[in-house]
Amino acid sequence: MDAWLAAQGEKDLLRFITCGSVDDGKSTLIGRLLYESHMLLEDQIEALASDSRRLGTQGDELDFALLVDGLAAEREQGITIDVAYRFFATERRKYIVADTPGHEQYTRNMVTGASTADLAIILIDARKGVLTQTRRHSYLVSLLGIRRIVLAINKMDLVDYSQQLYGEVEHAYREFAARIGLTDIVAIPVSALRGDNVIERGAGMPWYQGPTLLAHLETVPIPDQIDAQSFRMPVQWVNRPNQDFRGFAGLIVGGAVRPGDTLRVLPSGFTSRVARIVTADGDLPQAVAGQSVTLTMEEEIDISRGDLLAAAAAPAGVSDKFEATIVWMSDEPMLPGRPYLLKCGTRTVTAAVAQLRYKVNVNTLEELAARQLELNEIGLVNLNLDQPLGFDPYTRNRDTGGFILIDRINNSTVGAGMLQAALRPAQNVHWQALDVDRGNRSVLKNQKACVLWFTGLSGAGKSTIANLVEKKLFGMGRHTYLLDGDNIRHGLNRDLGFTDADRVENIRRVGEVARLMTDAGLIVLVSFISPFRSERQLARSLLGTGEFFEIYVDTPLAVAEARDPKGLYQKARAGKIRNFTGIDSPYEPPENPEIHIETGRVSAEQAAEQVIGQLRIAGVIDRDWVFIP
Amino acid sequence: MSRLSHLSRLEAESIHILREVVAECERPVMLYSIGKDSSVMLHLAVKAFFPARPPFPLLHVDTTWKFRQMIEFRDLTARRLGMDLIVHVNPDGLAMGINPFVHGSAVHTDVMKTQGLRQALDRHGFDAAFGGARRDEEKSRAKERVFSIRSPQHRWDPKRQRPELWRLYNTRTARGESLRVFLLSNWTELDIWQYIRQQDIPIVPLYFAAERPVVERDGALILVDDERLPLAPGERPQLRSVRFRTLGCYPLTGAIESSADSPEAIIAEMVAARTSERQGRLIDHDGAASMEKKKQEGYF
Repeated sequence: MDAWLAAQGEKDLLRFITCGSVDDGKSTLIGRLLYESHMLLEDQIEALASDSRRLGTQGDELDFALLVDGLAAEREQGITIDVAYRFFATERRKYIVADTPGHEQYTRNMVTGASTADLAIILIDARKGVLTQTRRHSYLVSLLGIRRIVLAINKMDLVDYSQQLYGEVEHAYREFAARIGLTDIVAIPVSALRGDNVIERGAGMPWYQGPTLLAHLETVPIPDQIDAQSFRMPVQWVNRPNQDFRGFAGLIVGGAVRPGDTLRVLPSGFTSRVARIVTADGDLPQAVAGQSVTLTMEEEIDISRGDLLAAAAAPAGVSDKFEATIVWMSDEPMLPGRPYLLKCGTRTVTAAVAQLRYKVNVNTLEELAARQLELNEIGLVNLNLDQPLGFDPYTRNRDTGGFILIDRINNSTVGAGMLQAALRPAQNVHWQALDVDRGNRSVLKNQKACVLWFTGLSGAGKSTIANLVEKKLFGMGRHTYLLDGDNIRHGLNRDLGFTDADRVENIRRVGEVARLMTDAGLIVLVSFISPFRSERQLARSLLGTGEFFEIYVDTPLAVAEARDPKGLYQKARAGKIRNFTGIDSPYEPPENPEIHIETGRVSAEQAAEQVIGQLRIAGVIDRDWVFIP
Repeated sequence: MSRLSHLSRLEAESIHILREVVAECERPVMLYSIGKDSSVMLHLAVKAFFPARPPFPLLHVDTTWKFRQMIEFRDLTARRLGMDLIVHVNPDGLAMGINPFVHGSAVHTDVMKTQGLRQALDRHGFDAAFGGARRDEEKSRAKERVFSIRSPQHRWDPKRQRPELWRLYNTRTARGESLRVFLLSNWTELDIWQYIRQQDIPIVPLYFAAERPVVERDGALILVDDERLPLAPGERPQLRSVRFRTLGCYPLTGAIESSADSPEAIIAEMVAARTSERQGRLIDHDGAASMEKKKQEGYF
């Protein structure tokens, strides 16, 4: 008995995800695993029997799908819409199953379930073969770093247990899977409804000699984070009960550690040797990935929450610029330039997508140009962080390479991502702290430094109005500078054209220049078409609250085209200029500009007064000029 | 190096969650219900912060109908560990004389547990509360997050629950919002017992079989814990060897006949058993989706 009990406590743990769509019999399969591994208890079976009669689709038979379809709303719709976790155990192993929906609109749920899984069961309806959804599921599984696949070819009872059909489906799948890097595939023909080859062998398939599904799950090696990886531990909490003890608590996410090992603290780069591995059960001679421990160090160095402890001999990388894959999980689209909180390990920093390089069509795996990511979309991005981060590429370590993005306003988790590579190693360039700052400079100029960002179509009247505003400000003794699109393109941005990518870079540079000028205490007027919301958002994100005024010079296209002060519309219409805003490149009007000028209703002079009035209200020029004697 | 057992992995995961809350939340508290899951939670907390003491108080929402042995055990445990214990009883419910016999289990649970819990959390301004609920307990819990966000009214909105990937938990809350943190989410009842046995964790003696005075009602064995239990005409308490699989308010918690008087014997009985643990709780039988409804109203 004691030996048996000891063995019960020493099982290992396999986490897997089941992927398939509503009709593939996924819930039925999980229900059957639970039922046949005797994890269901009498009252649950009774409840199931009564539910089956009331709601089931299997006549008088038990409808196993009802066991796992949890929330009331889902039950009525007959589909699973969230991630549910199920548990069962055998003599050898404890299993945690992530049961996730298969529809495309639930990509985020599947990604969530896959993030912690060691193995994926991909269900295919034998009658239908490899479908779009099969490819999507496999892509997501591969993206999230799952390498072991079980291909459960289901509903064999409905195809007369045809070996030939099974072989064809398996072949087609392997061919596709190899293209996305999945090669460790075990195919099993099953009937979840009848239980064939789930736990017991099915009578109809004497030609199948391989393991049953459960027999395979029982013996498949569990991916090992201990031997394959170098030591990694994100510091969660500094344990300081008294002056004599200072321990660094965390969960080891890679490799092993022993007292005496030299660790590097990232991002600072300091090193120290491990003194003790402290646990409530006594000090340990060694600790490995998967354990929560507290380390004390020989040398007193600065270590705090958010730091990554790594083997000094094989440290993680450090950077503040990354290439990363992002899965978007929010109804609000992901906008390049918008700042989000990024949490990786135990470190939370501010991050913005500098560039959305492409989004992936999850059904065809095509790479498509995009300006933003919508719910459930996946894209490759360049990511800029406000502080450096110790990391590993996701393919090497999920815990030091996976991150979530959090909305700064409503705190929801809006995205998840995988760091692929650093775009450049972080340089130890720190901002030089200066004694005279923008506040002092602004006060001296008797104004509040800010950016007035004029956006609108070519020929809308931006430069005319901006010029008038600057003249008025100058006349009031304010210190200003006007950055004009055409002028900047003659110098600073001479190397840029008019492709989308160049337009983004154009705006980024102007935004940075405008920011430096506000640091100098100036009121900066920017007159740029700046057609994309995301780039204006990027410019806005460089400035503090209340320092950025988006001024929408709103002139209908027909009016601007009729004016055509530089003859550009005519050229664009004639095809002599490509990517011309309003003609063959879109203009995205501001949604909530600080100032909205409708040029059809007001003169340029009135528009300039409108701007000045707003600046007074906002306190940018709240006092008239006074001479300080 | 040998592979970590599933219990070691579960332990490490729970400790990670405990530390994450303490590092990121301002005023955490542990809801201590005195049951076996609470005992495991507390044991994990002691381990997580060793050699420091767990840096949060314990909160017990008392309904005044708990088993007497539970209250003794509670006070003893808090003293033994040197932890602050906050006991809250809903004063309105007390004034109204809420009583499971007169008002029924639904009203009693709502007023004394659900309302009482909200009052206590609001009064102390806790922004995160550890709870011992497990996903294997009930179907609608299978989809519950580890970090479950609640509105300022303590309501649970399935649409606002955040995706949880890897080991990355989003602990941020707006003013007035709070988190329920279920650090035993991935444990099963069997895991709990195995861990209690392996770690030798003290639990309320009521979990172990002993001769106790009980009456049989609606197929459940109710312990006559004090003189407040009204006996029906002709109803006489009988001495039977019983134990409890879960502990709540004694009039609402059924015992089972058993001779299992150690964790080993209980595990052996469980493996042979054919009845899941929530059946002993009379509040779950109000309808198929009742737990989900309670959760939306703020029941833990």
